[in-house]
Amino acid sequence: MKRKHQRMTLLGAGGLAVAAAAALVLTAFEGNIVFFHSPSELSERNFSPTQRLRIGGLVEAGSVAKAADGVSVSFTVTDTAKSMPVTFEGILPDLFREGQGIVAEGHLHEGVFVATEVLAKHDETYMPPEVAEAIKKSGRWKGGR
Amino acid sequence: MTAELGHFALILAFAAAALQGTLPLIGARRRDSVWMSIAAPAAILQFLLIAVSFWALTRAFVLSDFSLTVVAMNSHTAKPLLYKISGVWGNHEGSMLLWVLVLALFGAAIAVFGGNLRPTLKVRVLAVQGLLGLGFLAFILFTSNPFERLFPMPVDGRDLNPLLQDPGLAFHPPLLYLGYVGLSTTFSFAVAALIEGRADPAWARWVRPWTLASWTFLTGGIVLGSWWAYYELGWGGWWFWDPVENASFMPWLAATALLHSAIVSEKRDALKGWTVFLAIVAFAFSLLGTFLVRSGVLTSVHAFASDPDRGVFILMLLIVSVGGAFALYAWRGPALKGGGLFRPISREGGLVLNNFLLTAAAAAVLLGTVYPLILDVLNAGKISVGAPYFNSVFIPMMVPLVLAMGIGPLLNWKRGELGPTVYRLKVAAGLAVLFGTGAWLFIDRASALAAFGVFLAAWLMFATLHELAVRIQLFRVPPGESWRRLRRQPRARWGMTLAHGGLAIVIAGMTASSAWTTESIQVMKPGDRVDVGSHVFIFDGAREVRGPNYAATRGTFRVESGGGDIVLTPEKRFYDVQGQTTEAAIHPTFLGDLYAVLGDPRGEDGGFVTRLYFNPLVPWMWAGSFIMVLGGFVSLSDRRHRVGAPGRQKAGARATPAPAE
Repeated sequence: MKRKHQRMTLLGAGGLAVAAAAALVLTAFEGNIVFFHSPSELSERNFSPTQRLRIGGLVEAGSVAKAADGVSVSFTVTDTAKSMPVTFEGILPDLFREGQGIVAEGHLHEGVFVATEVLAKHDETYMPPEVAEAIKKSGRWKGGR
Repeated sequence: MTAELGHFALILAFAAAALQGTLPLIGARRRDSVWMSIAAPAAILQFLLIAVSFWALTRAFVLSDFSLTVVAMNSHTAKPLLYKISGVWGNHEGSMLLWVLVLALFGAAIAVFGGNLRPTLKVRVLAVQGLLGLGFLAFILFTSNPFERLFPMPVDGRDLNPLLQDPGLAFHPPLLYLGYVGLSTTFSFAVAALIEGRADPAWARWVRPWTLASWTFLTGGIVLGSWWAYYELGWGGWWFWDPVENASFMPWLAATALLHSAIVSEKRDALKGWTVFLAIVAFAFSLLGTFLVRSGVLTSVHAFASDPDRGVFILMLLIVSVGGAFALYAWRGPALKGGGLFRPISREGGLVLNNFLLTAAAAAVLLGTVYPLILDVLNAGKISVGAPYFNSVFIPMMVPLVLAMGIGPLLNWKRGELGPTVYRLKVAAGLAVLFGTGAWLFIDRASALAAFGVFLAAWLMFATLHELAVRIQLFRVPPGESWRRLRRQPRARWGMTLAHGGLAIVIAGMTASSAWTTESIQVMKPGDRVDVGSHVFIFDGAREVRGPNYAATRGTFRVESGGGDIVLTPEKRFYDVQGQTTEAAIHPTFLGDLYAVLGDPRGEDGGFVTRLYFNPLVPWMWAGSFIMVLGGFVSLSDRRHRVGAPGRQKAGARATPAPAE
């Protein structure tokens, strides 16, 4: 086998592999990207109930209601301008509490955000940048940064 | 006072790194042995100075010197000693100090053990290492000084994030850094080879143990982090494709590829340019990971209070070092002519396939990790790329890799034959099919994917064992002779067998725990029984207990089993200073983990929200990972990898580099 042949085989196989990988990545990307929205944006625009979304904001004080089954929870997320009711079935993170910034992932169903995942950050003084920005956009930011 | 000593030592280390990074480089060019001789002592000096600095910071943490900002923000007098020490790297400034400490440690190790490296190569490697140290010391001194004083001094500290007060996490960063930063050595070797315009088998022989050491530590660090997430975050998951996890996983993929391509470079003198390239890429991923984690562009437990200047600084370091290395590669890379020829179906071909798949996987993970950041920078919307993307890209790439892993080690160098080799593996293939169908028939008919996972794990395990059997000629020669051959196997080969076999066990664990976890969430009153899988959990109520720096509610669960009850005591801890954590109780059995978490109290009669899991084969993941790490160490202990050995073995070969063995 000549050096030239070896190089061509390697290049050919490499090209094929890259093409296959690119196809795989693109198809996977298509279905699996989730956009982030603030409560204000969610209440202004219409979203199909099948579209996965992320919402972020502060958990409104006094809005958390836990059902007796220990699984279902409902609360309101606000960017201080608009609020959005959220329902969730599952385990809330340790740092989930009223007044805390959170990010939830799920879909919008008849004006209620049905979350499949709720993320709270692992630090009490910390605000997720997405949430900080959503609140800044609503024009009521009081924080330092 | 010691804090100032530490600060001063750090400044001196900066000066030592500056010497180490410049004069020897010029000396190596001019063949000036005096200038060249600066490199090794400077590297050792730099390490000692940083060690003094690290000691000073550790002392401040242990003695709770709250006049230091870092200590006041991250420590507390009531904290147990272990977490006072681990608090040193449980914050941005201290963790960067650990970073440069490890960097300098590797530099000093090359200086001490690199006695029989080609002198110019050794000096250049040390110089590049010195330049890296220079950059990161500047980063610490100018943007993240751990020795900054706080006035007035607070009475007590703000305590370490309670999630980090955990034995698993105490050792996760040092191990991970040994791996992460260890890749700096291969980077330095690659850059030095490019400067010399020469990457011969002796060079590859030197790169291999350093890659192997980094890979081993990196594997251990990643697994420790994953284990922590599994028991500390309290919902039984062990990998989330979180950007921070990806930040450590990408260097791992690149290091794994490098480990394999360096074999080809050493044994066959081929793929040299590619090996050099991978060595640069692997460290680039390490730096990228450092940037992602330390700059605060990501939101996670790792992103300590963030400061945009730091992000910009690390990004500059990344661009200068990696950009410089790639420019050098573009300029000098073509000079690295390949040596040995091989056919596509050969051991080399198999290793090339391994490299294709691992680098493609690393690229796919990279895209998913940085794409949201790029969109954000371009103001094109905020998106997140989650686990579904990574699973649907990563798994299809790993399937052919695992299939090939069974065959590759049996192929001959230069030219192999696919058909006969696969035919020789008929027993392994048969057993794998048997296991796969068994899983499908008897465990879960709904999930063909899980059955396929079992098939892959069994295939890899049996093919690896088959390869070992071939090497010791089991059943072909008398058993005594096989035993003798088994004992004479080189340790590097044992390393491969252990690493591949360990991976098979890990795959089995991943498959089973992803597909067949049983979960039950409910409110339980004392005396309530709940069935989870084939186990019955009985709740015996909860009581208040007191820890060193927290109060806790501790629940008691009993699980009936043949030989006496298993008792699980999960806790919910409320730390005195800040935060609360959930401490899951885990009882590992051979077939899986019994996993219990205590939630909030509910109702008047001692009821609690409880989460109970049976996580099948999760202990296999940890055991398999441990075997992989063990394989790394066993291979490292091989004489051929041991520092010093190449010189003696190939005393004559250095003048006329020829393919070894």
